[in-house]
Amino acid sequence: MSEFFMTYFPNIWSSREDILLSTYETIYMVAVTSLFSVLFGILFGVTLVVVDKGGILENRPIYSVVEKIINLFRSIPFIILIAVVVPLTRLIVGTSIGMHAAIVPLVIGIVPFYARQIQNALVEVDPGIIEAAQSMGSGPIEIIFRVYLKEGLAGIIRASSVTIINLIGLTTMAGAIGSGGLGSLAINKGYNRFQTDVTLVATILILILVFVCQFIGDYFTKKTMR
Amino acid sequence: MISLSNINVTFESSSQTVPAVQDVDLQVDAGDVYGIVGYSGAGKSTLVRVINLLQRPTSGNVEVNGQDLLALLPKELRAARKKIGMIFQHFNLMNSRTIYDNVDYPLKSSKLSKRERAQKVNDLLELVGLSEKRNAYPSQLSGGQKQRVAIARALANDPEILLCDEATSALDPKTTLSILKLLKKLNQDLGLTIVIITHEMQVVKEICNKVAVMEAGRIIEQGDIVSIFSSPQNALTRDFINTATHVEQTLEKLALHPSLVHLKDNDILCKISYVGDSTSEPVISALTARYRVTTNLIFANVEILQQTPIGNLIVVMSGAASDLEAALQYLQSIQVAVEMIDSRYLQNSKVGDPV
Repeated sequence: MSEFFMTYFPNIWSSREDILLSTYETIYMVAVTSLFSVLFGILFGVTLVVVDKGGILENRPIYSVVEKIINLFRSIPFIILIAVVVPLTRLIVGTSIGMHAAIVPLVIGIVPFYARQIQNALVEVDPGIIEAAQSMGSGPIEIIFRVYLKEGLAGIIRASSVTIINLIGLTTMAGAIGSGGLGSLAINKGYNRFQTDVTLVATILILILVFVCQFIGDYFTKKTMR
Repeated sequence: MISLSNINVTFESSSQTVPAVQDVDLQVDAGDVYGIVGYSGAGKSTLVRVINLLQRPTSGNVEVNGQDLLALLPKELRAARKKIGMIFQHFNLMNSRTIYDNVDYPLKSSKLSKRERAQKVNDLLELVGLSEKRNAYPSQLSGGQKQRVAIARALANDPEILLCDEATSALDPKTTLSILKLLKKLNQDLGLTIVIITHEMQVVKEICNKVAVMEAGRIIEQGDIVSIFSSPQNALTRDFINTATHVEQTLEKLALHPSLVHLKDNDILCKISYVGDSTSEPVISALTARYRVTTNLIFANVEILQQTPIGNLIVVMSGAASDLEAALQYLQSIQVAVEMIDSRYLQNSKVGDPV
């Protein structure tokens, strides 16, 4: 067994600390970015729904501004976005290198996507239910928190798991600015130094992360579906 | 209780303006069960939404419970809406909440304590007969049960008015009747004022005491149900009434099968209609006994609206010409309307042999 391992995976044992660290870095980036994204994504997603035509706080100017900003940032390829927001990253984090610095472009890159997903989930909420809530004297805040976010929960969870899986993809690209994580590992160690076994292990670890997220997402979506 | 005056609602889209409601005046008194009938697109649903300002009128005045709703601040309007319950065609229950939580929803913003709320929800579920379903989800209920939950929810804040927007249109006839029975009970026991939007005259017939007929955004006829049913002025109103009484349908059927009538030379085919007291006289037997006119009853329909019977009969009267004339005069004298049906109408029909 160990002979087989030494033959086909010669660099894994010696890189074991790097691999563990990279996994931690990836999970850290995904987790912290997710926290910020949930906050901003739901904020923008809900805004899009309620100020849209026929929404409970219809406001065309706000809708068109928010929508344009979202479309703009969704149009910038992530690898370029990372470079573009470097000044902002420096301003906020103090450096543009490392996993903390990567969180700034990651948030900016994923929030527009997530906001759209949230919007799609919330427009699925039956307008009749919103109308019923209004007829019962519910105000906008009450309708957002007690109707939209509750009735749309299954959709929100589904959107979240799709987004996190996307986000895992983005973190690997953040390796380009030395963020660390499994993406850097696969490129810097595995690819550049011809340690194919490291690339393979990084891939497997990424896949495990994705499958776990997918599984958790599906589980809770099913649980909240009525 | 509800007073709408000069209501206009116009929908503007980039290419056109659509007048949905035009110059509508509507007066609903406390304790009324007011039916608004009309075909799809007549503006009924828009009009009922004006009552709780889910739809703001383009112009006009909306007064409910003595309050000018259009003058209220958003917060005051929300408070006023709590006193105007509403139920919908598709029930609009919250699918992610249990039946209990659906009924509890409007109470969350009330000042009641948790225990009082629980008491209230249980009472309401008891009232609509769904106590044992309290922990079920809406998807586990039938249409009629869902509408009962919606009614319980609409009553949570003790409204004085209940608006029903096609509340029975998605239900089968039997369930419709049971829901109407419940509404009637609420009207009688709680003194609830009810406004019912529907395209089914049967619904109006069943529980309304007043009715308005809408067409193309206007109310073309309104009044108490007995006078509307007994002497409709407008063609559309007659149409609607026929959907409930089937008199016209019967005439059409007779036209297709004239042999059913067996008209002889001197016979008269006619429609006899009466309202209220004239029914206590044994009309048909009087015709035979006093005027030697035999009467063959082809169709009869009696509606009891607000304790007033309204009858429509289609009969063939036979006898000597002079006797028939006397008989017709007699009918006129006791306030029974007689409408001759031209027998050629039957003979010119497409099917069947000439009589």
